[in-house]
Amino acid sequence: MVSLFDHKVSELHQLLHKKEITVTDLVSESYKRIGEVEDKVQAFLTLDEERARQAAKRMDGKLGTDEAKGLLFGMPIGVKDNIVTKGLRTTSASKILENFDPIYDATAASKLHNAETITIGKLNMDEFAMGSSNENSGFQVTRNPWNLERVPGGSSGGSAASVAAGEVLFSLGSDTGGSIRQPASYCGVVGLKPTYGRVSRFGLIAFASSLDQIGPITRTVEDNAYLLQAISGVDPMDSTSANVEVPSYAESLNGDVKGLRIAVPKEYLAEGVNEEVRQSVLEALKVLEKLGATWEEVSLPHSKYALATYYLLSSSEASANLARFDGVRYGYRTADPENLIDLYKKTRAEGFGDEVKRRIMLGTFALSSGYYDAYYKKAQKVRTLIKQDFENVFEKYDVIIGPTAPTPAFKIGENTSDPLTMYANDILTIPVNLAGVPGISVPCGFADGLPLGLQIIGKHFDESTVYRVAHAFEQATEYHKQKPGL
Amino acid sequence: MSRISIDQVKHVAHLARLAMTEEETVSYTEQLDKMISFAELLNELDTDHVEPTSHVLDMKNVLREDKANKGLPQAEVLKNAPEHQDGYIKVPSIIE
Repeated sequence: MVSLFDHKVSELHQLLHKKEITVTDLVSESYKRIGEVEDKVQAFLTLDEERARQAAKRMDGKLGTDEAKGLLFGMPIGVKDNIVTKGLRTTSASKILENFDPIYDATAASKLHNAETITIGKLNMDEFAMGSSNENSGFQVTRNPWNLERVPGGSSGGSAASVAAGEVLFSLGSDTGGSIRQPASYCGVVGLKPTYGRVSRFGLIAFASSLDQIGPITRTVEDNAYLLQAISGVDPMDSTSANVEVPSYAESLNGDVKGLRIAVPKEYLAEGVNEEVRQSVLEALKVLEKLGATWEEVSLPHSKYALATYYLLSSSEASANLARFDGVRYGYRTADPENLIDLYKKTRAEGFGDEVKRRIMLGTFALSSGYYDAYYKKAQKVRTLIKQDFENVFEKYDVIIGPTAPTPAFKIGENTSDPLTMYANDILTIPVNLAGVPGISVPCGFADGLPLGLQIIGKHFDESTVYRVAHAFEQATEYHKQKPGL
Repeated sequence: MSRISIDQVKHVAHLARLAMTEEETVSYTEQLDKMISFAELLNELDTDHVEPTSHVLDMKNVLREDKANKGLPQAEVLKNAPEHQDGYIKVPSIIE
């Protein structure tokens, strides 16, 4: 089925410029497709159709003028529901924020306004971004467009599924332990987690502040680079955003990987990684070799400790961050509390889902008096070792390559009984967040009709090299051209 | 031997301000025990001389000019409050 969204941003921009299409056409394409497939995919929690159509009409008047020169002018985007959007309901997929109406924009959202994209709606996710399947959403389970019985991945499941299904041109997600890359892999699209500090977290409803990053999900690497360009940069509202120059990412997409040194961690192709996934990565390495890159096996020896480290640190940070949801200033409040403490306790017990409570409990325990050193501080120390693993490898290599996830998308309900099995899905993405480096997932094959993703990891603030490699691989292969038969 | 007791779980639930039924307390005791035992894998590593990482970038204090900015309008801020009166957010009485 032909869609306007089969075009890249740069092509659509040209079509707008020549007035062969209008912004209204692009917005209509989104809502038409949503009308066709959304009852199956269920990617959206909130749609903003009236305002989007009004904006499109207004912007059509600017076509052909200097005011329409911006590359992202008029492009329809979906935004993950943990990124606050002024006047557009934002829930983080939690009952505790069911009717929350933000009074300001996240910095990433205001940068989208400046770039003049059009927000189509807010996308489903695991509640407070805690999950790998979207089954932890407080409202609905998004389906994988490639197979409706499978999960889209998570936590940015709605962000990846909506792009794969052609409901939007591109979207924003957030990634704390793999939440952009894993769903991108499962849905056959391109997802990048930027370097920690590259994109402002102001207005991103915090899960684990030392790990969270907002990032783009797109059909192509080129579009991904353009979207990251628009949302990057230091922000006075987020003191952890980095004052590091933002290069022109599109300029790095030159297809040249001659002499590139690739490291392949043996831990990333070890037991637990599905055979078809392993083969797809080895095939991808052959493609890059043909283009002039070389690869060697290396070791990230502390990989097996990453999962435990991550769950201690992210849950500890979450337990502190989620303390603000207490039924006082905003969000859900329990009916008829006996006193203030009772108001807090019942509000939170009724408002949060099971997984969120489980992590708040683990985090509160790990931070509590008598256990802090043994669990929280211990995990912070192991984090240093994991970070050093990456530093050591990056002394000799330009990028690290492996699978994004150990398997293709699993069945809905398959992993819900045991949280630890579910957590194991993120084993190849978590170390990247712990080290704070950038990582991308690009389509690299199929297993039983389900997409697989190749993960390319770079040095701090070296998104340019990550994009260059991802783009060269993408241009040499056909996987990204396939679409789900919805 | 469980790594965490039911009484500890009740204490943690209180610290976390989460109401919990007896049944849930038992279930969380089992779940937390599993997760803590998984986390104890980290004890294999000798970290006596390792510095903890709280932030991945080498950043020092980030300062800004000491200049007042306009805050959000009160009516806007109160818009999402479950209960408010005379410009204040209302909660149950805390002084007997």
